[in-house]
Formats: sequence, structure tokens, C-alpha cells
Amino acid sequence: MEWVMKALMIISLAVVVFAAVFIIFTIVKKGWSCITWEMVTSLPGNGFYIGKSGGFLNAIVGSLYIVLASTLLGLIVSIPAVFYLNVFLKKSSKIASVARLAYDVLFGIPSIVYGAFAFSIMIFIGMRTSLLGGIITTTLLIIPILIRSMDEVAKNVPSELYEASFAMGATRTETIRIVLRQILPGIATAILLSVGRAIGDAAGIMLTTGFSDTIPTSLTQQTATLPLSIFFQLTAPQAEVQDRAYAAALVLTIIVLLISLLGRFITSYFSKNKI
Amino acid sequence: MPLFQKLSDLKNEDFASPWANDGKSRLYTENLSLSIHGNRILKNISVELPCNKITCIVGPSGCGKSTLLKTFNRLIDMTEGVKISGNVFLGNENIVKAGFDDLTEIRRRIGLVPQRPCPLPMSIYGNIAYGCKIHGVRKRRELNRIVVKYLNEVGLWNEVKNRLRSPAVGLSIGQQQRLCLARSLAVEPEYILADEATSALDPQSSKIVEDLFVRLKEKYSIVMVTHTLHQAMRIADYVIFIYMGEIIETGTADEVFHHPKHELTKNYLSGVFS
Amino acid sequence: MLSWRLAKEKVMSGVMFFITCASLLLVVAMGIGLCLRSSPILSEISLWDILSANEWKPAKNQFGFFPFIMGTVCVTGISIVLALPVSLFTALFLTEYSHSQVRKFVYPVLDILAALPSVIYGVWGTLIVVPWISGWLAPRFVSEYTSGYTVLAAGTVLAIMILPLLVSMFVEIFSTVPGEMREAAYALGSTRWQLSRRVVMKKSLPGIFATVVLAVSRALGETIAVLMVCGNLPQVPRSLFDACYPLPALIANNYGEMMSMPLYEAALMLAAAILFIVVLLFNLLSRIILKRVED
Repeated sequence: MEWVMKALMIISLAVVVFAAVFIIFTIVKKGWSCITWEMVTSLPGNGFYIGKSGGFLNAIVGSLYIVLASTLLGLIVSIPAVFYLNVFLKKSSKIASVARLAYDVLFGIPSIVYGAFAFSIMIFIGMRTSLLGGIITTTLLIIPILIRSMDEVAKNVPSELYEASFAMGATRTETIRIVLRQILPGIATAILLSVGRAIGDAAGIMLTTGFSDTIPTSLTQQTATLPLSIFFQLTAPQAEVQDRAYAAALVLTIIVLLISLLGRFITSYFSKNKI
Repeated sequence: MPLFQKLSDLKNEDFASPWANDGKSRLYTENLSLSIHGNRILKNISVELPCNKITCIVGPSGCGKSTLLKTFNRLIDMTEGVKISGNVFLGNENIVKAGFDDLTEIRRRIGLVPQRPCPLPMSIYGNIAYGCKIHGVRKRRELNRIVVKYLNEVGLWNEVKNRLRSPAVGLSIGQQQRLCLARSLAVEPEYILADEATSALDPQSSKIVEDLFVRLKEKYSIVMVTHTLHQAMRIADYVIFIYMGEIIETGTADEVFHHPKHELTKNYLSGVFS
Repeated sequence: MLSWRLAKEKVMSGVMFFITCASLLLVVAMGIGLCLRSSPILSEISLWDILSANEWKPAKNQFGFFPFIMGTVCVTGISIVLALPVSLFTALFLTEYSHSQVRKFVYPVLDILAALPSVIYGVWGTLIVVPWISGWLAPRFVSEYTSGYTVLAAGTVLAIMILPLLVSMFVEIFSTVPGEMREAAYALGSTRWQLSRRVVMKKSLPGIFATVVLAVSRALGETIAVLMVCGNLPQVPRSLFDACYPLPALIANNYGEMMSMPLYEAALMLAAAILFIVVLLFNLLSRIILKRVED
């Protein structure tokens, strides 16, 4: 019994590790054989979707636009919320625990529902699918992620630190600065986490952002994003178009892995230097 | 030019206080009672904390010493379920009456040295300048003077002058505690509360801090909570003995330690309960 | 000077309270918004008829959700069945058996699995899982040809996607079992497996349940990866090798066409509303249990 179970456990662990390695290996192998410099540096040319020349720079730039803008907007909302929960409310406050529950729930809502919700609002106010729509949807999507992961760090700020600041005569507003310094690494990892999520999300953006072959020059234009570009190209029948999907998948994977690696580095680097 | 050289010139310069401290205010309580979630922690405390003296609050653990201390600077507000009745006066103001919201000024005038040193997550310089900045001192030159003056006051200047910009958490724990003291002094309080300020320190550092308190009582009134009786005997001028939330005996150190009137005090001093 | 500071404090407190509330109202706004947008179809066809009808012909005003609901249930069910034992054993191994070096190596792997975007899983699924099912697995079990875009493919891909969530939450829950309890069990002479089963798993049962509920709600809403490998045929799957069409895929695939037909749009919004409500309830349930466990 004992060794059977142990064997099962080791097999399970092997399955998990194997799955990760297998996925990365597949994407890298397939993508590496397809990717060319032209693909990442040029816009779709004529006949792009039947396999003619061009690249998916439009998707890379579109994704960057959406991710940067929504992360910025998300921070503007989530940082005050986190500080309100942790600095202005007491530890066992009812409001805080209800709020945390609500953010947990929001975190669990699938991005397609965010997309459908944002889409219905956009129809309601007469907005068309656009870069702005994508930014708003992604912002809504990452706010719970940002708040939850920053809150996790802020909750662990020792109460002595608050006492030290209050005992100096600092108001709560002024104490925010102290807490901010203390949780700065936490904020950095939260941002990376949400960037990773935002750049990889397709379902929410699908409904609200549309697609285009050019880099958008205004908020009201439609724009391409990396995940959608992969998805659309992969469903094309031509092998040349599918190849570009694999190349785009490689680019997206590399970006996401780098972000994840950087997050891990920040966490381990700063936890060494903490008090 | 390194910061410390720039600052060294300021060492002996005297300057006007940025705060108008019109002499000493009396700090006293009248019938102060306090309960947390219905448990009475303090019962009818009426006591005055004398100026320019070291007052030690002694008593067995859990008797309400720290709670009393935290009531003076209203840090007790951070605890939940607290109900206060009675009065605490600083000067002419009742700082616990309903609607009193000038907490920041109270906490400037009554500084706190915590049990475990807790440097703010900033540089050594920043730690001391922080209080002054939030209380309205903005001029760089004035801040520099304050930092130099109070690092000197607690005897840290020579130890840290070369690394004023490095994080305060890098200091040893004894240095951290002196930094916390300097941080409280920098906003020129009238009273200094110390909540077992030496209990987390090694004997040598705690001796340094103790000596500091003795030196500082010329300028400040110091209220210490301690549960090492020997410390109280060494440095106290005035002693308050609390038992189960009530004041059993108050008086000068000599009166309380050598001629205790109350049976409980005698028992406590002879180590019957600790 | 002072009143200015206090005024600033009041203003900041107000602004921050407002922002916090506004972000919380998002839950309410979502519920109301989706329900309002789906009301047109509910006034024409009763909810029960929509949920139980088989026919999906938007042009003829027939909106039967049953195949989609069954598709969602099947895919989610398969993924949980596949992922649960693997993640339980992995988590037990990590907490009870392994050295910390193993953990140091496995946690980044879980991180990577969690960080990979769902479209990448979809690409992997179409590259590996789909051909494998159509070329190797299916011929061994069924006689007729399958394309490989099946319930099983979707379930497999989804299972791997929810693995990191399951494993990391199980590890967290198992490590809350107090060390004294472990020592007591060892002192009575139990083996590691006996300890794992009788003490650790038994003690963590509510937590395991809550985690599974959470994973189910995550699996229910997964869109792109499933959409890419599930076949997208509106039918009730009869075997593992049938194509299916889960609800999120329905929403994602038809968002463009629906503009012209108000009922069509309402039907898709209803699908989103159903997803929202189910996921909301599952999440609430799971979080409340988890909170109990923590305390």
C-alpha cells in the first residue's frame, strides 16, 4: 500500500512537470521553425490571410497598448482600494471582509463574462468595438487580480509599523506612504501578474476590441491583439497562415515566461532584504 | 560632498524650535475607566504624571499598564471594542472626550518609544525627518539641523554619520531603538512614553537607553512601563503601581519602594507575584 | 496647518471609500446589466424551455441551450475527473513526502503552467492532443472516424489548465494541518500514507471540497482553449469522442452575427448571465468554506 501510493504520487508529480515541459517544448519547437524576423517587425501585407507576406506587428503593438493602458487604469483604482482596506479600515472590519469576498468572487468571474458585460454596456451607450473597449474590459478584468495580490502583501504589514507611524502623529493618509514603501515589491509582482494575465486574455477582448491589420492611431479604432491573432490565423486553412500563428504563439509564450520569471526574481530578491 | 560633512557643520548650531511649546503642560487623568469588548481593563484611574521626572508604571503583566500608556497618546484607538469613560487632560484639553479629533497634535506632544524598535522603511535620515515633515517642517536646512541635533542627543551621530542615506533596518537592534527615540524627540514632544522600551534589547544596549532616559528627563517628562523592578528602582523618580486595572499606590520611588503602605505593593516588591 | 491635514485626511478617506465601493459595485452592475440585456428573450420564451430545448436555430427563433449546457458539464466533468487525482497526489507528495529541493523546483513549474495564456493551451491542444485522439486513441475504442476535436480533447486541455490552481490550493490547505497532529499520528506508528489519508486528507476535507468547487467554476468559464479543441457542434455529446459546444464558446463564436437580431443577442447575454450566476454562486460557496477553514 505504502509504496503503491508513493509511486502514484511520483507519477502524478511527473505528469504535472511533464505537461509543463511538453507544452513549452511544443510551442518553442513549432514556433522556432516558423518564426522569421519579418513576422515580428512588419504589418500584415496584401493577401496576408491567404498566406502572402507580412507579419503580426499590429497584434504585438495592439496587445502592448491594451496592457499598458489597462494596467495603468487598473492601478489607479486598485491602489486606493487596497490602502482603504488596510490603512483606513480596522483589521476585523465587516466592510473589509465583505469587500475581500467580493474581490475574490470578481477574480473568479471568467473573462468571457467580463467581455459580454462590457460589450452589452458598449451597445447600450452606442460605442463600437474599439481599442478603448478593449482597454476598459481588460481594466475591469485585472482590477480584482491587482487588488487581491496587493492586499495579500498589505495584510502582512506588521501592526507595529502602523503604530510607529501613528505614534509620530501621522494621519492615515500620511501613513499610506510608509505602507507603500513597505509593500513596493508586492506591488511590482502584482503588476507583473496582471500584465501576464492581461496580455494572454483573449475571451474578454474578442467581444470588445475587434481586429484590424493596422496599428491603431486613436482609441476608437479597432485593434489586433496577440492571442486573437494566434486564434484567427490558426483557424485559417493555409499552412503559411498557421505557421504565423505558431510564431505568434512563441512570441506570446516568451513574453509571458519572462514576466513570470521576473516576478519570481523580484519576490525572492526582496524577501531576502526584508526586515 | 557627502551628506554627513555637509551636516557636520550644523552640529553645534542652535536654532529656534519650529513648534511653539509654551512651557510644560500637565498630563493627568480623572476617573479614567476603560473596557475592551466589555472587559474592564482600567478602573477609576486618577493620576498625575509629573513634569521632568521619570515615572515608572509597574505591576504584574496583564494589569493594564500598556493600555494606560496607550490611552495617553490615543494609540488605544487602534484596538477594537474600546470604551473609555473619565477624562485625560493634557494641559487644558480633555483628549478622550467625544469629538476630540486633534490626535496628530496630541501624538506630537506625547512621543512613544515602542517595545520592539520599529524603524520606518526608509533611510536613517528619513526616519528622523519623517515626523518633522508631516508636522510641517519643509525646509531642507532646518530638517538637516534637526536630524543632526537629535542623532547627537541619543548618541548615534558618530555611529551612523557615514550612512545617513542607508536603510534604517540595517542598524543593530540597540541602535534601532535609539533611532526610534530620536525620531520621537525630533518633533519636540513634552512627554515621552516608553512601553518596556528595553525589553527587546541586550543588556548593554538597554543600559545605554536607560542612561539616555536619565539624561533626557531634564528636558522631557518620561513615562515608562516596565516589568523589571530593578530597572524601575534604578531610574524611577516617581512610581505608579497598578494591579488588576486599579491604582494601588503612587508616590516617589523612595516612598513606594522602601516604605510601601499597601499590602499588595509589599507582596509585589517581595516577588510574591510577578 | 492642522485643519488642512485633517481636511486632507477626510477628503482622501472619502475618495478612497468611493473608489472601493465603485469597484465593488462591479459585481452588482454585472449581474444587473447581463440580466437586463437578456430579458427580451425571457419575455418570449420561458427560462425552462430555453434550458431544456435541444434546437439551436437562431434564424427560426429557436434557442435551445441544452446541448451547450451538456457540453459545458461534460467538458468540466472530464477535466475535474482527470485533474483531481493527479493534483491531490502531487500536493500530498509535495507536503508530506518530498524534500524542500523538490518543492523549489516544482513551484516555478506550477507558476509557469498558471501563467501560460489559454490561447497557448489551445495551440498545444490542436497540435498535440487533437491529432493524438484522432489518430491513436479513438481508433482503439470506436469504429467510426473522429476528427479529434472532441469532449475528451477539451477535457484534457482544461484539466492541465486547472492543475496549477488545484495543486497550489491543496498544498496551502494541507500545510495548515498542524504539525502536532502529524507528530501524534507518527507517534502512534502510522505510515506516511496512513497519515496522509487518515489525518491530512480527512482534516482537509472541507478545504478540498471548496477547492474543487473553485476549480469547477474556473473550468466552466474557460473559453478560448476549449473553443479551439472542442469541435463546436451544437449536440449533446454521447461519448468521449463526440464534438461538443460549451456555453463560453457559444458566446465567443457568435458575438459578431448577433447584432442584427435582438433575440439572438439576448440569448447570448442570457448564456453569459447563466455563466455569471453559476460561477458567482460556486465562488461564494467555495470562498465561504475556505474562510471557515482558515479560521
